Amino acid sequence: MRLSRGGLIDRDRTLRFSFDGRGYEGFAGDTLASALLANGVRLMGRSFKYHRPRGVMTAGSEEPNALVTAGTGGRQEPNLRATMLELHEGVAARSQNAWPSLDWDALALNDLFAPFFGAGFYYKTFMWPRGFWEKVYEPLIRRAAGLGALSGAHDAVIYEKAHAHCDLLVIGAGPAGLMAARDAARAGADVIVADEDSVPGGRLNAETEAVAGKPGHVWAREMAAELAAMDNVRLMTRTTVTGAYDQGSYGALERLPADVAARPGAPRECFWRIVARRTVLAAGALERPVAFAGNDRPGIMMAGAVRAYVNRWAVAPGRCVVVFGNNDGAHRTASDLLAAGVHVAALIDSRADARCDLDVPFHPGARVCGSRGRKALEAVEVAFASGRRDKIQADCLAVSGGWNPTVHLACHMGRRPEWDDGIAAFVPRAGMVPGMWTAGACAGAMSTHDCFRSGAEAARGALDDLGLKAPAAPAPPRAEEAPYRIAPLWQVPGKGRAWLDFLNDVTVKDVALAARENFRSVEHMKRYTTQGMAPDQGKNSNVNALAVLADATGRTIAETGTTTFRPPYVPVPIAAMGAGAQGQGFAPRRLTTSHTASQAMGAPMIEAGLWFRPSFFPRAGESHWRQSCDREVAHVRQAVGVTDVSTLGKIDIQGADAGRFLDFVYTNTFSTLKAGRVRYGLMLREDGHVMDDGTTARLGADHYVMTTTTAAAGQVMRHLEFVHQCLCPGWDLSMISVTEQWAQFAVAGPKSRALLDTVLDAPIDGDAWPFMACGPVRVGGVDARLFRISFSGEHAYELAVPVRYGESLFGQLVARAEDMGGGAYGMEALNVLRLEKGLLTHAELHGRTTAFDLGLERMLSPKKDCIGKAAAARPGLTDPARERLVGLKPVGAIKQLTAGAHLFDEADAATRENARGYVTSAAFSPTLGHAIALGFLSHGPERHGDMVRMVDHLRGIETLCEVTPPTFFDPDGGRARD
Amino acid sequence: MRITCPICGARDRREFYYQGAAVALDRPLPEAGAQAWDDYLHNRDNPAGPTRELWQHEAGCGAWLVVARDTATHEMLGAELAMTAREGA
Repeated sequence: MRLSRGGLIDRDRTLRFSFDGRGYEGFAGDTLASALLANGVRLMGRSFKYHRPRGVMTAGSEEPNALVTAGTGGRQEPNLRATMLELHEGVAARSQNAWPSLDWDALALNDLFAPFFGAGFYYKTFMWPRGFWEKVYEPLIRRAAGLGALSGAHDAVIYEKAHAHCDLLVIGAGPAGLMAARDAARAGADVIVADEDSVPGGRLNAETEAVAGKPGHVWAREMAAELAAMDNVRLMTRTTVTGAYDQGSYGALERLPADVAARPGAPRECFWRIVARRTVLAAGALERPVAFAGNDRPGIMMAGAVRAYVNRWAVAPGRCVVVFGNNDGAHRTASDLLAAGVHVAALIDSRADARCDLDVPFHPGARVCGSRGRKALEAVEVAFASGRRDKIQADCLAVSGGWNPTVHLACHMGRRPEWDDGIAAFVPRAGMVPGMWTAGACAGAMSTHDCFRSGAEAARGALDDLGLKAPAAPAPPRAEEAPYRIAPLWQVPGKGRAWLDFLNDVTVKDVALAARENFRSVEHMKRYTTQGMAPDQGKNSNVNALAVLADATGRTIAETGTTTFRPPYVPVPIAAMGAGAQGQGFAPRRLTTSHTASQAMGAPMIEAGLWFRPSFFPRAGESHWRQSCDREVAHVRQAVGVTDVSTLGKIDIQGADAGRFLDFVYTNTFSTLKAGRVRYGLMLREDGHVMDDGTTARLGADHYVMTTTTAAAGQVMRHLEFVHQCLCPGWDLSMISVTEQWAQFAVAGPKSRALLDTVLDAPIDGDAWPFMACGPVRVGGVDARLFRISFSGEHAYELAVPVRYGESLFGQLVARAEDMGGGAYGMEALNVLRLEKGLLTHAELHGRTTAFDLGLERMLSPKKDCIGKAAAARPGLTDPARERLVGLKPVGAIKQLTAGAHLFDEADAATRENARGYVTSAAFSPTLGHAIALGFLSHGPERHGDMVRMVDHLRGIETLCEVTPPTFFDPDGGRARD
Repeated sequence: MRITCPICGARDRREFYYQGAAVALDRPLPEAGAQAWDDYLHNRDNPAGPTRELWQHEAGCGAWLVVARDTATHEMLGAELAMTAREGA
């Protein structure tokens, strides 16, 4: 219930919200958890396995119990920690893992069978019958055990990602972090301060202590304001640093305030990648529970959380509170409760020598050993120092088993923390993450005074390292300096289940069972019991669990060691990490200069790598792509066609050694090519397989332009740079990709020269422009390049202009072609044309074929070395039995050929071991009037004229084929040369 | 992870293309024999500790780099231009 005064809430701003359909009111500054507690709601969730009723336990991001779902449909967000959900007007939250309701959960039945559901239960029980696991057991278990669910609707929420750089990243804006940030900022360092809370200050917002003579939260607010006003400081609240990575890289998740996220186009969360030259980790500490029977009942909370609810949110978590602890923090809790006017029924301190000067019933040397109540705490059972046991009525129990420094980020690079007997906790070692200093409670400093001091020290160390001169920093402010004083207490022995991992329902008994069954390594115990594998990743339980394991195996905690700490520190939505990478944001789109015109002509665009290319250009009356494709093929064979070939990679290579270099990367020779001529080249990988092919033109003595395939352009560019820089670094040579600089169009067909003569400033003739010639021309006064090359087998050219003229030229070429009885052609026709000629694409150059397989072995010049030559000569790569390139045409009743089908000898069964080869490309040839295909067949070239069976098991097609040479049309190539 | 390109400075590893061991710098002579070529093409150490690798600053200056790093500690030991570095140097 809400206290009548105090708290850092704005009582003038009432906010309405709902939980499980019931309406409530809270104040600005509340979290969902504090507002629910203020309304007397204590049951907030059900546990994962046993469906035990659970209430809120903490006041931070480590909360294991109070997980809720907010939003619906595409905006539904499950597994929100009620402790982190800032209250805003109209928020509608729902409980999880309960049916039909949180109050009456049918699967609470599981709890009755708990004796059977111990660690390893699933492994031992659902072994038989084998097929049952997938079909019966797993779906049942998944339904019964669970967390919140997604709606199944497309995620309508916007996420963002961002990058930041700084001299110093300060993680945590509590006393240590603020002090480190202050000193570093005043020394001129570029500082980022990240804190996961909505308000800087850390524990200062939850305690009543004074700093520099004023309330701690006021000091923190003023310090944060001072920092925020500095140009060299970026203060990021609601930002959890989630991981520490190599070379000062950090991941961080920023949650935007609800009113900001609600603006149109605004993101809900932003995932930051922060690169910091140095880091101060001041992440604080997390309080740990004590394991006693029934320690999971709603109303049992961490003592520090109780103080936070009382002091920060002016909420009394109960009317009658018992405080139980093994350190002085328990006394502070009782004191704060008394000051707020809350009845404290008892202060139970496990330390027999503890003293108390508060006006409360005080029981040194006593322990809480059990709890009573149904869906909320009604009484605690206490074992007193005298041995007497009794019940004390209470609706809230504040527990403190001590504090665990939040060492997580310091451990993310694989180093382990060390055990500190003084504070009975793991603390970071120096240098666990290069460039990181630790300060404050996460480094084991347990008083505010020590936090200030260690924050200042960490800043000094980081500044020295950065070479920044720190001006004489003012001394840290006066602050509380009380000693911590703790006597370890992990578990209170007794009957009944004592919880360790609240989220995953792991009890002391489960860990003991694991030890008995010889899962003694902490990593094995973890996996056997699922201890620490829940969304809180063991923040509330791991140290307790390994203390229990240490006890069960007769080792010390230091000997037992910790499990591995891995990012992320808090759950991070995949959608935030991958923000923007959906739909068109998934990959960049590369568009040619003819893109708009192609779309205007109705061409469906298909992806070719990142490029988009037209499939075909439909005309009136054509209802099927084949009609368009066949017409476009006929245009090229009989008149003239135009297609955009700008997507092919173009690499400009210049230098005295350019020719020598090309001789080295191509199997054939280019140094002997005359200027003004083009040659087809074949490029191998060093392992002897074909990498790519294409034409290279010699524009001048020291100047070549290489063409690559669209798909391999990036790979070839990288390869050429590798060969130059790594294998022949001294050669006089430079190269650059000019793919984006030139728009290039193929003009193909018997009327191609006639068409060109209408656009070129000066006509061309066959003598000056024989097949495979190239050179400069002018188009409308613009310098252009013309190449007489052909990928269709027709008399053809490729005309290249600077990219800014591409759109205009394409329009002109297509209009002229249409006037001459032709037109634009797309990828489908281009593919048919090249197949009729037996020309290759990456369907054939698929990475496992050699020059020998492709019938191009004569292109391997014997006169020189080249990349891949030595490896291509290996016996296995020149075996005649290899699958080698052939053509195929149907000869039986079935006329269909399909790419991906397999080839078999006529008499053989169509089984894998009988396969003789496969089909890589197939199409209907309108020129020849039947289907044609390219494929690879064992002993291929020796089998021209043989019959083979093509079997496509996937599509259920079987076709009798004749093996032919790969070139189906105009085999002597006369049409291209004429 | 960050690599300090000798030309561009410290950059995120997303700007780089990873090739593999710097062994690739030591291309055998054509007549070196099957074993030498097999070692060059296929056989690689898998060290837990210092290693020398080839990376290309593909989304930057395009330089191929020999990057020395420790696979156990993730420490970057240095990066130099492949054009001036030789394997084992």
